[in-house]
Amino acid sequence: MLSRIAESLFWIGRYVERADGVARILDVHLERITQLPVGEQEAEVRRIMAVMGVEPGDGDYSVRSMIHELAWNKDCLTSISGSLHAARENARRARETVSSAMWESLNSTYYGLGQHRRDVVGTFRVCHWTIERMATVRGQIQMTMSHDESWMFLSLGAAIERADMTSRLLWTRSTSTSGMSWVSILHCAGGYEAFLRTRYGTFSDESATEFLLLDRLFPRSILHALTTAEEILVGLEPGLQRVGFKDDARRIIGEARTSLEFHHALDLIAVLPEHLNNVQAACANASEAVSSKYFSHAVEASWFGGML
Amino acid sequence: MSDLFENYATDMAVAAAYDEMFTADQRVRPGYDQVGGVLDDLSLSDVNTRADSMARSFLDRGVTFDFAGEERPFPLDIVPRVITAGEWDVIERGVKQRVRALECFLDDVYGEQRVVADGIVPKALITSSAHFHRAVWGFRPAGGVRIHVAGIDVIRDQAGVFRVLEDNVRVPSGVSYVIENRRAMTKGLPEAFMSQPIRAVEAYPRHLYKALRATAPEAAEDPTVVVLTPGVFNSAYFEHTLLAGLMGVELVEGRDLVVRGDKVYMRTTDGEQRVDVIYKRIDDEFVDPLHFRSDSALGCSGLVNAARAGNVTIANAIGNGVADDKLTYSYVPDLIRYYLDEEPVLPNVDTYRLEEDEARAWVLEHLDELVVKPVDGSGGKGLVIGPQATEAELEELRAKVLADPRGWIAQPVLQLSTVPTFAEGEFSPRHVDLRPFAVNSGDEVYVLPGGLTRVAMQKGSLIVNSSQGGGSKDTWVLGQPQTQDLDPGQAPPPDVDSSVHTWPVSASWQDEGDSGQQQQQQQQQQQQQQDVARPGASGTTAAPTAASTTASTTATRTGEGPTC
Repeated sequence: MLSRIAESLFWIGRYVERADGVARILDVHLERITQLPVGEQEAEVRRIMAVMGVEPGDGDYSVRSMIHELAWNKDCLTSISGSLHAARENARRARETVSSAMWESLNSTYYGLGQHRRDVVGTFRVCHWTIERMATVRGQIQMTMSHDESWMFLSLGAAIERADMTSRLLWTRSTSTSGMSWVSILHCAGGYEAFLRTRYGTFSDESATEFLLLDRLFPRSILHALTTAEEILVGLEPGLQRVGFKDDARRIIGEARTSLEFHHALDLIAVLPEHLNNVQAACANASEAVSSKYFSHAVEASWFGGML
Repeated sequence: MSDLFENYATDMAVAAAYDEMFTADQRVRPGYDQVGGVLDDLSLSDVNTRADSMARSFLDRGVTFDFAGEERPFPLDIVPRVITAGEWDVIERGVKQRVRALECFLDDVYGEQRVVADGIVPKALITSSAHFHRAVWGFRPAGGVRIHVAGIDVIRDQAGVFRVLEDNVRVPSGVSYVIENRRAMTKGLPEAFMSQPIRAVEAYPRHLYKALRATAPEAAEDPTVVVLTPGVFNSAYFEHTLLAGLMGVELVEGRDLVVRGDKVYMRTTDGEQRVDVIYKRIDDEFVDPLHFRSDSALGCSGLVNAARAGNVTIANAIGNGVADDKLTYSYVPDLIRYYLDEEPVLPNVDTYRLEEDEARAWVLEHLDELVVKPVDGSGGKGLVIGPQATEAELEELRAKVLADPRGWIAQPVLQLSTVPTFAEGEFSPRHVDLRPFAVNSGDEVYVLPGGLTRVAMQKGSLIVNSSQGGGSKDTWVLGQPQTQDLDPGQAPPPDVDSSVHTWPVSASWQDEGDSGQQQQQQQQQQQQQQDVARPGASGTTAAPTAASTTASTTATRTGEGPTC
């Protein structure tokens, strides 16, 4: 397939996952922060925005600016609106490759965004709605596209973004000072019931962290996302190689995965920040490696008689 | 007729044109009775709701055109335009004839130019055309076809006669709306599809793909076809994605292509892959910076040389513009006689060539009665309608014509035929034209039944271009489906298997006559009853009674279930 299209697909996967992830994180933290006394809100807003890597345009750390930057700011590629817009624009550029059902669900989601109120209550609603819409989009991707190369690039983007998102989610908990409950974090990851069924409701920092970081079967755990990414990278370039590696992205993801999977720590909480940093760095580097390997742009000399 | 047609007769008298649905004495013409019956049964709110839902589905599906950087849904009117089988037969033959003649003309122009030697057209017609490209003179394109896709614009005059208004053999667009309009209409006005056969339009992409493959360079065993688009900001981008998608081929931009050793490749994740046929949707001037505009970032250097070497088929061929030049248009009837030895099936609109002194003098005196068009324009750009123009505009036009007589033609103002159109809460006559699409594989010319009917949404307006507020209508050609409407070479459908299919079901909750289960159910319900009853002990008696009644009724119902 065309490199340009592969790149679009990779980013559709990332942005769809990002819209979903940001909606989940915003939902749970907005609920918590709006319940805090006004004086304590600013510090929490500041912390969440830092973890999500956004800054208020006017330097004012308030609930209003958090909602704006994470939900409504179309120019910010971390906001729900910005991610949906970017996903849709990428899909528009790859429209002949993606299925029409998938394109249509993304496109109508993009248009549907305008029908929501932009206050706190409207934002709760939009978070919920986004999560639902993204589930539809994912369903369309799974069931209306062949699981060929184009699907692999989509899924690769999604897997990398998911690992990144869950690590941010864990950050928002681990740096929390104001008793953030594990129930809401697990709800946020959509894994509350799944957790209860494996750990019988023992909410220790240890068990919940372990679940979101290391569980081999829960799809939103970091380990699961990295394993998926690695499998897809193998699928993109199958063939036995006796020694070494050709694919940088696979090396990076593989390293990150094994260091999680086989790391033995007596105190998981103590090493959590290190793990999360590693995961985020791996996600960023792998994304770059995929880009330079598969999406290489024509930087070679093209002939232009006129001025560019 | 329903209320929605209340003012129709009056409006029709004002429009003073051939109305395709009603005769002058307000009788419904043959072909429209079914549609008329359906429209009569609709109330204003029905029509509004349906029109809204059609527009909504266009927006969701992204059936848009780019207007000043904004995506807008292409307006689709709810009333279809109907063409009877007899009328269509004429159009189809006329379009095929025209495409064949223009194909011969182009082959001649970029070859021996016999047509000039034989005195049919002046040499200046060719050499002065802005779209005659010397860079592609002197070779036949691989596959031997130059006009793979044509859109021949047809209008209907006051007498109801179909005439050709212009030929488009460079990059005719609009076919995607034909396909999408039909899709929307089957959901928007389903009643009208019942009990009358309408020719299908869905086979177009397959015919196009077949023709593109058929004209591939001979060396290519399994030719790779691509669609070349200028990119996402082009107004017809939607069409490019739709066609590429429906043909299952890659949609490439100029930057995805590279020419090495006169062979064309595209950059893929597996390295460079050879390309054999390019369905070109960009203008000639941008196609190859080596030969044409050197500042073009849309094309790919070396394409012309690759085509000349016969290593790639470019569809439509570069340089076709000389055939749809509006001055050439005035010669097409002669070209049909010259090349095909046939009389034109579809007449032209009378056209004054402003290069001829006598004609120019007459036209300049009657500018306020005529339509004057630039010869190489498209999309209605630069066109001046005399009766609607101001004195100043006419003066400006006069100066332009005098400065460059070759650049302009004049035609009488045609009252394009009208079709009922939903506007401002009622049905009202609006002017329409028709663009049938033809696909030429070299062996045969396929004409898509119907084509794109464009409609001027403004009352009285004669400008149907989408860039100037035009909309479209689904175009129905009545008649039994023909083999070419379906897949080429499709097998007849197999008989429906008459054996009874059963679904396996999970039986655990509805097994008939399983007394053990019934018992279990009743016990569960009693359990529930007791649970509810418990708070009742502390005073309220109403709740438990109600609960027990409900429980027993449910039990009875469940028990009855299997027997009915």
